[in-house]
Amino acid sequence: MPSAQTWDAVSEGQEFELVEASDSQRLVIWAAASGDFYQIHYDDNFAKNNKLPDIIVHGALKGMWVGKLLDEIAGDNGWVKQWDVSYRGMDIAREDVTIFGKITKKYEQGGEHLVDLEVGVRRKDGSVSTPGTGTLRLAKK
Amino acid sequence: MPVERFPVEAGHIMLFARSVGDANQIYYDENYAKGTEPGGIIAPPTFVQASAQFDPDYGLRPKIGQKWFGSGANPTGSNVPPVDEPEQQRAGGGSGLHAEQHYEYHRHLKPGDVLRSVSRPGESWEREGRRAGKLIFSESITEYYDQNNELVITARSVGVRTERPVQQD
Repeated sequence: MPSAQTWDAVSEGQEFELVEASDSQRLVIWAAASGDFYQIHYDDNFAKNNKLPDIIVHGALKGMWVGKLLDEIAGDNGWVKQWDVSYRGMDIAREDVTIFGKITKKYEQGGEHLVDLEVGVRRKDGSVSTPGTGTLRLAKK
Repeated sequence: MPVERFPVEAGHIMLFARSVGDANQIYYDENYAKGTEPGGIIAPPTFVQASAQFDPDYGLRPKIGQKWFGSGANPTGSNVPPVDEPEQQRAGGGSGLHAEQHYEYHRHLKPGDVLRSVSRPGESWEREGRRAGKLIFSESITEYYDQNNELVITARSVGVRTERPVQQD
């Protein structure tokens, strides 16, 4: 889990990562918190009857992992200004995925110290399932 | 989805932080939170994703007294007669899917806040898909206001519908 960053210490091209395990328990607790109880996320038989190879990770949960990574980088003294993700494909549960954020731009605007990032969910085979962008305000130092 | 009343509660914040695997004590420990810049428990920035809990029409939650339909092709609750497998369709065939989500934050959410949201349609556009015919994208903009009518979060989501169900290869 990356720790909170300061604007002075980061540089363009710098990358942050966290690994998430999508065990069925993770998907069940997400169902409870979010209210999305669609069975393709926790019921093996139901998923197979819907011609899925296995239960799949909630798209929104993958988005939330990206949001969490941005929140960690900004820390308590920074601010997640905005972020977005595109849901471009299913991820099978029970396989670890890597949530990544790469700084693409470091700049000052309106008196704020900002960074733009490219974010996403990277699978074991290197493909990216949930690409997006984010803008953070960081503490100067 | 617009919700008329979304009370932000400490227990729900704690559950939500656990569900995304966020161990920051600021989301559940009042004593720790007192010593931080916000000065009290706050919700993770992603928390409004849980507003579906307060949407009476949210379709992915079982409802008491109703057959649990899910978003599959057939009702699937334990009180529903089983359906032969070949009749079941793959999820999403010919129906709506969530394509994109965008959030803009204006301030922290904290327990005691009561949000309401209003939604309006944004742009829509079409693209030719490979297997499912035309893909129809439509944007929806949802603004969350607090009890003082201050804008706290702006969310933009893009949904996509297919012209016909995706055929299995």
